[in-house]
Amino acid sequence: MSFLQALVNGALAGAVLALPALGFNTVYAVLRFPNFAIASIATAGAYAGWIANVLWGWPAPPALLVAFVAAGAVGATTDALALRPLRLRGPLTAAIGSVALDLLLQNALRFGFGNDPRGYDLPVFRDWRLAGISIGPQEVEDAGLAFITMTALFLLLRFTRIGKTMRAVADNASLAESKGIDPARVAWIANGVGFGLAGIGGTLVALDTSLDPLTGFRVLLSIFAAAVVGGLGSIPGAIAGAFMIGIGEELSTLALAPTYRTAIGFLAILVVLSFRPRGLLGERAY
Amino acid sequence: MLDYLASLAVFAGIYALLGLGLNLVWGLGGMVNLGLAGFFAIGAYASALSALHLHFPLVAASFFAMLLAAAAGALLAVVTARLKGDYLAIVTLGFAEVIQLIAGNEIWLTNGTDGLSAIPAPGRGTLSPLAFDLSSAGIVWLVLAAIAAAFGRLSAAPYGRVLRAIREDEMVARIAGKNVLSFKIGAFSASAAVMGLAGSLYAAYDGYVAPDSFDVLVTLLVVLALTAGGVGRMQGALVGAVLVVVLTEGTRFFGGLLPGLSALQVASLRQGVIGLFLLLLLRVKPDGLLPERIRVHPLDDEGETTR
Repeated sequence: MSFLQALVNGALAGAVLALPALGFNTVYAVLRFPNFAIASIATAGAYAGWIANVLWGWPAPPALLVAFVAAGAVGATTDALALRPLRLRGPLTAAIGSVALDLLLQNALRFGFGNDPRGYDLPVFRDWRLAGISIGPQEVEDAGLAFITMTALFLLLRFTRIGKTMRAVADNASLAESKGIDPARVAWIANGVGFGLAGIGGTLVALDTSLDPLTGFRVLLSIFAAAVVGGLGSIPGAIAGAFMIGIGEELSTLALAPTYRTAIGFLAILVVLSFRPRGLLGERAY
Repeated sequence: MLDYLASLAVFAGIYALLGLGLNLVWGLGGMVNLGLAGFFAIGAYASALSALHLHFPLVAASFFAMLLAAAAGALLAVVTARLKGDYLAIVTLGFAEVIQLIAGNEIWLTNGTDGLSAIPAPGRGTLSPLAFDLSSAGIVWLVLAAIAAAFGRLSAAPYGRVLRAIREDEMVARIAGKNVLSFKIGAFSASAAVMGLAGSLYAAYDGYVAPDSFDVLVTLLVVLALTAGGVGRMQGALVGAVLVVVLTEGTRFFGGLLPGLSALQVASLRQGVIGLFLLLLLRVKPDGLLPERIRVHPLDDEGETTR
């Protein structure tokens, strides 16, 4: 594979990775703890998208909307039920609780759907070939849908009252509360939006690889890496980090066995944190 | 029945060892280590490989396992020295993932996902299965008693006091003239060594190691054990480990009674119950059954006896 081909593949993968990374950082920015359950919530979104696509026969864009709603609902509800009380004990207790929640959700999916991989019902196109580089139309469509979602998130944060509220809480939670912003309500919104993005991301990842209860877990390390490299809780950081990790992982396949691509993320975390302990763009949310 | 109980005792002892290791670095030092499955794996593979290829006896293989795990722990401690809670949780969890990835892919060394089998252990083949289980349980619990005594001593000694001081406020410890970094490296590598030892005993007893045995579930079970028993106290790890084994085995028993479910569904129910149990425990009894007792200076009239 040529260098240029790896670069193109990496950019397309980065666009997809940006969605769960954005979700992870949105939740972190508002609630101040890493929610590891994002892996299984993204998988839950992918299953919801699969139900819409295969069982109901819907095309990809509305199926992604179903994934958004389902994952957002699962993420926000489980957070309110299971993790909110733990946050009182500190971010670390909530983080450990979220690992337990991830195990619970992953096994709930396994209980319902089994371990066998599922496929989506989408037309298969031949790759386009441009100047010696082959590009899959599916990957381009995925990246395009990811861009549309990111733009929508940006508009939401920038121009709406909900977005402004979220930014205020991310900036200074106690000041926001003293101004009459209800923290529980913001938590519902941030979780709904953040995990909704993860649900779309999970579906796009599943479209590209395969759908089984571990789909989200397999990209967890890449999500961490994108979020941490860009800066935990930073929205632009998640996007920048996702592209760096996506491209880095693809470039690594030129030299290493492809199975090690996710290890690149771990390496990137260590290198970046050694020099910039708060990530490349810092922890400022927006 | 007796051999079943003996094998449960072996697993409880191994979980307790992992719990003791985690308690040293997390309970006393306040450094979260969600990568313990990685150290466990390093120990298990180091022991299994040295026993299979170099014909090391269990004692030598275990020392080799502890050495390698401690080296990995020291390295991780140096790299993460400046990181606090959240980042440390992410990096250590990632570390365990990478170790599992390596175990699954370096086929020339680890035999990949097929795993290593026929790992020799003292008494396997020469003793009856029951005698082997009993003697293994004896070995594991003797090792456990020794480590628990050593860590209990360490925890009461000035060394443990400094670790607790670092946990409560790193800056204060530094102002008191303590070399925080060397304490962190020491605690991380000592805890990793114990986890490596647990891995070595596991490989020898089970006779088989594969990457699947070292997934995040192991880490969660040990966190569960430590949280159940009480973070910060060495007895907590022991009590918690027994509880975890009772829980995992109890769900196996009840899972068999549920009608109309496939084996996969029962297995997923059992794993799900473990997650649910940890969530409930963190909610209801976050300090565990044996909460850490913080000794208060007699002249401290703030009267704060509980933290």
